[in-house]
Amino acid sequence: MVSLKVNGLSVEANATPDTPLLWVLRDHLGLTGTKFGCGIGQCGACTVHLDGNPVRSCVLPISAVKGEITTIEAVGETAAGKRVQAAWLSLEVVQCGYCQSGQIMSAAALIAGNPRPNDKDIDAAMSGNLCRCCTYPRIRAAIKAA
Amino acid sequence: MQTYGAIGEDALPDKARRRFLTAGALLIGFAFARPLRAFEREPDLAAIGALDAAATGFDGFVPDGFIRIGVDGRIVLVVPSVEMGQGIATGEAMMIAEELEVGLDQVEVALAPADLHAYTQSLLKAQATGGSTSVRAFFIALRQAGAAARTMLIGAAAERWRVPPAECVVARGIITHQRTGRTLTYGAVASAARRQPMPGEVSLKPVSQFKLIGKPAKRVDTAAKVNGTARFGIDTMVEGMRVAAIAMCPTIGGRLRSLDERASRALPGVVDILRIDDAVAVVGENYWTAKRGLDLLKIEWNEGPHATLTSATLAASLRSAQGTPINGSLTGDPDRVIQEAGKRRIEATYDLPYLAHAALEPINTTIHVRPDGCDIWVGTQVPEIARIVAAEIIGLPPDKVIVRNHLIGGGFGRRLAVDTIQQAARFGMQVSYPLKIIWTREQDIQHDRFRPAYHDTIAAALGKDGLPMAMMHRTRCATVRSYYDRKPWPQGRLDPDAVAGAADLPYAIPARRSEWVRQDGPVALNWWRGVGETHNVFVVESFLDELAHAAGQDPVAYRRALLGKNPRSLAVLNNAAQASGWGKPLPPRCARGISLHDSFGTYAALVMEVEVDTQGEILLRRATAAVDCGIAVNPDSVIAQIEGGVLFGLSAALYNGITFENGRVQQSNFHDYRQIRMNEVPPFEVFVMPSEGKPGGLGEVGTVSAAPALANAIFAATGVRLRALPIDRDALGAKGKQS
Repeated sequence: MVSLKVNGLSVEANATPDTPLLWVLRDHLGLTGTKFGCGIGQCGACTVHLDGNPVRSCVLPISAVKGEITTIEAVGETAAGKRVQAAWLSLEVVQCGYCQSGQIMSAAALIAGNPRPNDKDIDAAMSGNLCRCCTYPRIRAAIKAA
Repeated sequence: MQTYGAIGEDALPDKARRRFLTAGALLIGFAFARPLRAFEREPDLAAIGALDAAATGFDGFVPDGFIRIGVDGRIVLVVPSVEMGQGIATGEAMMIAEELEVGLDQVEVALAPADLHAYTQSLLKAQATGGSTSVRAFFIALRQAGAAARTMLIGAAAERWRVPPAECVVARGIITHQRTGRTLTYGAVASAARRQPMPGEVSLKPVSQFKLIGKPAKRVDTAAKVNGTARFGIDTMVEGMRVAAIAMCPTIGGRLRSLDERASRALPGVVDILRIDDAVAVVGENYWTAKRGLDLLKIEWNEGPHATLTSATLAASLRSAQGTPINGSLTGDPDRVIQEAGKRRIEATYDLPYLAHAALEPINTTIHVRPDGCDIWVGTQVPEIARIVAAEIIGLPPDKVIVRNHLIGGGFGRRLAVDTIQQAARFGMQVSYPLKIIWTREQDIQHDRFRPAYHDTIAAALGKDGLPMAMMHRTRCATVRSYYDRKPWPQGRLDPDAVAGAADLPYAIPARRSEWVRQDGPVALNWWRGVGETHNVFVVESFLDELAHAAGQDPVAYRRALLGKNPRSLAVLNNAAQASGWGKPLPPRCARGISLHDSFGTYAALVMEVEVDTQGEILLRRATAAVDCGIAVNPDSVIAQIEGGVLFGLSAALYNGITFENGRVQQSNFHDYRQIRMNEVPPFEVFVMPSEGKPGGLGEVGTVSAAPALANAIFAATGVRLRALPIDRDALGAKGKQS
């Protein structure tokens, strides 16, 4: 049994310590908004916040999680997350949507630390998140609009 | 009766979770009938009519497979095509809503269940989503459905008021009797409308009266996709479900030889270990347990007949294909003209690689096989075929198999194949519980069904004006149809996909032949975004550029000269060229390239502007596209499809090719099957030409445009003509011209 703080709540999950945070969120806690994409930290679909910083939950064993987790299900309760989600809706960013939880988590972390990111900041913060529908032009525009 | 709402507590594996849920309520609960939020929960089969209506308690007006109006006023539009990002759920809902006279904000949109009778579309002749056919196939049918339903609803209201229906008008689902000002909602007449006769013929609105079609609409699936509630197949969680990780034979046609499962069985949480001919599944209480159990298996494979397969042998086999060519098109006598052309004869060969789809949602299927029936939770582009193949394997009548189709996390053609559902059925029929199978990313790439490889030869004879008098284009490839049809494509019959984009060109060339030499191989194939056109248009548009340069002419002017009879192509060409600044000077090693095609009923031009550095690295500087797709149902979705489609095609052209060694796919994940990322994406402009023409397809169009415009720009920047993909950076470095 491991204890975690997720989206402001203390929870316990009956998972082995090597279990990646991703699978605890999805299988044990039912928080399926965080997605499995590659399993090796290459695509960013599994991005969540650990104490506000974006991390790839597919390669983060729960034994290494020391801090508070925020997922897409609750990021809208943060000021930056709310702005990013609103901008995503306003600019019609999504296509298939599968990567967008991770994109929004990365973007929210960027905006929280840097409210007016330039193109280089966006490249640096967002290039770890793949979008196979290639919604990149709109993601960039939405971050600027957020 | 099992219900399939949002993840219920009972489906959760441990008590800790329940405490979390009761404490937190962060999970979105099963909110019934909230418009625009339809994708937040499992498909509501009661509302979309897949289950026996009497048993589900749905009470209302159900004129056909597309429209459900409850007596409570709830309006559900069931869209026949699957949503995998292309925006079709919104587009098709707009078509129905336009004639039904309701706003998108008033309706729920649901994906159709498997039902051949209700949802077969006219172009694919199947319940299928692919080939950029959805809008073309359903543009009239869905508006007719909306108009018929509206007519019946008005008829019911008019009967109640005892007035002629012609005195009634309707807007936003409220019927008004103009003379008296009385009103009735659709819900209020839903029951009575059932007794109205189905109109034989309905007249559709002229374009000028469209309220929804042609105006940018907010997609119906965005809210759920930005707050984590959208439900993809992989998110399925039902009571009693177990999760499997699997191992698959790494070679084509190989089989399981031996399995030592003792260590895996001993792992706490491992529930079952299942075998089929060419794969093993470890079933666990959750995915990670199953994965750990899988890693403990000792498996030996009988690698089968293709254990020595390599890309070199595959390519040699394709190049030396000697089958009798089958004509895709023939005008005039191109053989003679080209033979007699002497120095004005130009020829080239082009090679294209196998490609994986690499959609971001890895392959997954959840299946529950019972003696009396079967449920499948999946995202598929072919719900009815999925149901049939599962029924065959399990030994059930197809109508006992319920396909609960989901949003797809990227299709690109992959989910047109049902190999993954067949595999799930073979595993699922061995157990009594619902079984979710998740492939790894590596399996998703290595056990994909690939876009074919191609070897093309193309030749032309130029006239004194430098323009082509004749062209011959021979494609060598296998046929995808043998896989899609699940039976061999007949020998000697043309597979139109093999010559798609080659048989018909936008250009007037007096003598021309396109032909196909079939060369089947062991690699399992599938459609890939852009289908045959992605391959042939790359060859044709690259070669046309070669001809322009051979003739010493500007590539845009050269194309323009061949478009005298094709005003729509000419218009997009001119628009894209002008908007891109075509002809204006650029810094050294920077240049523009163009592509033009007319595919899926849409006319498309793309100008790519690139810089190629002395190491051969390519910087995408700018993309400018113009499309004429006839009526743009949702213009914002048109732009999105062109942006995304072009970048998808560029990604493959820049980086992707599936290769084989020792019978195994060599690529495995996104580190070695690289995809374009944010930092590589250029500024992008899309111009949608105003048009009242028949709507054309869009999902494939941008992808078709991408590679030739890129390769033509690279040639203009470096003088290096790339006749194979992916792009060979080594060929572009210092060798490229220093202009």
